[in-house]
Amino acid sequence: MITVTKTPATAGTAAATAPTPLPRRQGGFRAPLAALPELPAAAFRAALVAALDVPPEDGGPRVLSFFGMAPDGSPAGGGQQGPNGTRVIAVLGFDRSGEVAALRGVLEDGELESLTPAHPQVHLFERELAEQFGVRLPGHPWLKPVRFPRLRADGAPGPLAGDMDFYRVDGEAIHEVAVGPVHAGVIEPGHFRFQCHGEEVLHLEISLGYQHRGVEALLAGGPHPGDAQRLEAVAGDTSIGHATAHALLVEALAETPAPPRARALRAVALELERIANHVGDVGAMAGDTGFLPTSSFCGRLRGDFLNLSAELCGSRFGRGMVRPGGVLFDVDEARLERILDKLAVLEPETRGAIDLCFDTPSVLARFEGTGVVSPDDAELLGLVGVAARACGLARDTRRQYLDADAPGRPEMPVVETTGDVFARGNVRRREIYASLALLRQVLRRLDTGPVRAGLAREEKSGAVRLAPESLAVGLCEGWRGEVAHAAVTDARGLLARYRIVDPSLHNWSGLALALRGQQISDFPLCNKSFNLSYCGFDL
Amino acid sequence: MLDILRERLRQGYRTGDFPRTAPTLSDRFRGLPTLDAARCPEGCDACLTRCPYHAIVRAADNNGAPGALRLDLGRCLFCADCPACPQGLLTFTADYRLAARTREDLWLGVGAREEHRLAQGLDARLRSLFGRSLQLRQVSAGGCNACEADLNVLSTLVFDLGRFGIRFVASPRHADGVMVTGPVTRNMESALLETYAALPEPRLVIASGACAIAGGPFAASPEARGGVDGLLPVDLYIPGCPPHPYTALDGLLRLLGRI
Repeated sequence: MITVTKTPATAGTAAATAPTPLPRRQGGFRAPLAALPELPAAAFRAALVAALDVPPEDGGPRVLSFFGMAPDGSPAGGGQQGPNGTRVIAVLGFDRSGEVAALRGVLEDGELESLTPAHPQVHLFERELAEQFGVRLPGHPWLKPVRFPRLRADGAPGPLAGDMDFYRVDGEAIHEVAVGPVHAGVIEPGHFRFQCHGEEVLHLEISLGYQHRGVEALLAGGPHPGDAQRLEAVAGDTSIGHATAHALLVEALAETPAPPRARALRAVALELERIANHVGDVGAMAGDTGFLPTSSFCGRLRGDFLNLSAELCGSRFGRGMVRPGGVLFDVDEARLERILDKLAVLEPETRGAIDLCFDTPSVLARFEGTGVVSPDDAELLGLVGVAARACGLARDTRRQYLDADAPGRPEMPVVETTGDVFARGNVRRREIYASLALLRQVLRRLDTGPVRAGLAREEKSGAVRLAPESLAVGLCEGWRGEVAHAAVTDARGLLARYRIVDPSLHNWSGLALALRGQQISDFPLCNKSFNLSYCGFDL
Repeated sequence: MLDILRERLRQGYRTGDFPRTAPTLSDRFRGLPTLDAARCPEGCDACLTRCPYHAIVRAADNNGAPGALRLDLGRCLFCADCPACPQGLLTFTADYRLAARTREDLWLGVGAREEHRLAQGLDARLRSLFGRSLQLRQVSAGGCNACEADLNVLSTLVFDLGRFGIRFVASPRHADGVMVTGPVTRNMESALLETYAALPEPRLVIASGACAIAGGPFAASPEARGGVDGLLPVDLYIPGCPPHPYTALDGLLRLLGRI
């Protein structure tokens, strides 16, 4: 269980500044920077604490994104400028009202008293501020590196990934297990350090950064001609999710919405991506319990759903489908029928394959009670997506942050309450069935009309013309959870800072917590039940 | 038990007949690009600057004068909205066979070589060692997990890699080759080298996907080294972003001299 240390409200101080709402614009959210007062560090902190102190059940917000900018507005530290004057922006989402708001501050002395002890959901965002800008965060329990970038905040060469002190448990019967970065499978790299007493895991520390390839820095100064390909490769299994969040952000800044038919086709691509990944995950979870029928069947079915994405746009991962302004591929009647026919064949086969493992007591015995995360801890860590919904938190960006008339808005988020491997598996199972129904509904009610809106472009560069000096946010419920992109434009309408939050950023801490008190042999199963992205975290 | 058997019957037999039967791919699949350079307008070099990933270059001839256009399959990301040719002379065919043995073989040149040179088999000695049994250790070095996901797919029952004697293994000690994905980030370089060092000789290196070949979408990043070349000696290049599973399988079977 996570313990929090609330700082008592300081009596007699003036009321904290309320976060500035970002109005909805073309599916995204945007406000001019002028509408966001740049608060001094103390006032920024007071305002953020005041906002986060309101519990979600009373309509309070959670942190969607929180990032820094160098004093001159350039994206990363690399530290030539030092921490003094680092600017910070916190983007907050109010799940109940569906509003997005932001706070802006400037850290005159390069210092911000840590909010982590009271609000653990910001712990990684604060570690990023320290890593990228050298910001001092007194009160933070341990400012470990996050991604081990090439340059430290002061401009000196940084340490290589994994080169740091790990949390250690001491004692005669304690042993340590280190795994990775190269794992025993066709998987991405990451390092896991377990502190064990016999079989029991006392603590798991997850150290990433091996996949860090500097995506955000490559996007800064844009829009660039190659942005779409980089965004689709933020997390290759979430190509549609990241491309959609980006498209919504750009459309908000370009003040041009995607046409209704394009929005519907994006929803189709997004649900196909969700189904393919969830089917693969249920198969992988069955495989890790040694139940091979579901594992084999789902492996094949996942490929068939990927092939449906290829039917849509030529790529099994949805590459080239979503672009700012709309989509690149339309469907005619014949293609629509082919997709619907294929779905009609796949649905009973999918249900059969999946229900088989959920009806098998020996599988359920391994699923149930394994890797439990409590609702309180999920809330405190700011978990999103499947991992949050498995703990009873009804967080679904499609439900809470899409326009009311948006296609692909589910009636109800799928929620389980037990927070264990079973809950994460069952959320996936139920979401597969819900997405299949949603897909058919969207496909049958496709609007007529164009699939791409022309965005105003700069004459010389041909780049999309963006509103200058603005903050914009694009949100999308990818299959793992909330994909949150935020960007700040400069006076010329160029992207001064582009910030990507993959759901894995929030959720890796959930996996670490799920392992506490578990047998180490349950790690693969717990890991599969989360199935988080390394590259989406590492950027 | 009966339920499992009943479901097994419904799911049916799914393993494909590749390579005897050619795979059926989406009509929108983007395979081997072709550039109809014969129709290029005089003096137009638009494609050299319009491709964001510099997949098209104009090679110099022996006298240093500008030569023919060359399309680099190793850099091409097969973009649906390929901006390279304003005349629309660059198109994608349905040909999924792309893998090649050398970096030069990935250059599609007009004049230089009309025919795309597909991967040749290993020499007789290596083929006698690996031809019927090839164990691979996969290392993701900055990959976005699309390459990895579609390599994983090769082990599903549709492709059933095992029937060709090819397998992904957990330990480099048990492997005959290393299959690399990703642009090789600075943070993965030493782990990749250590994995390679742990492989018994003779050992193969396969670069799978645009990132591993030349950095892909991250070629310009200072956080990655722009592919495996120059770090390890590459025996097989598999283009694509990500490569289609059949592109990878075709390349592996050609390498083993089985196609």
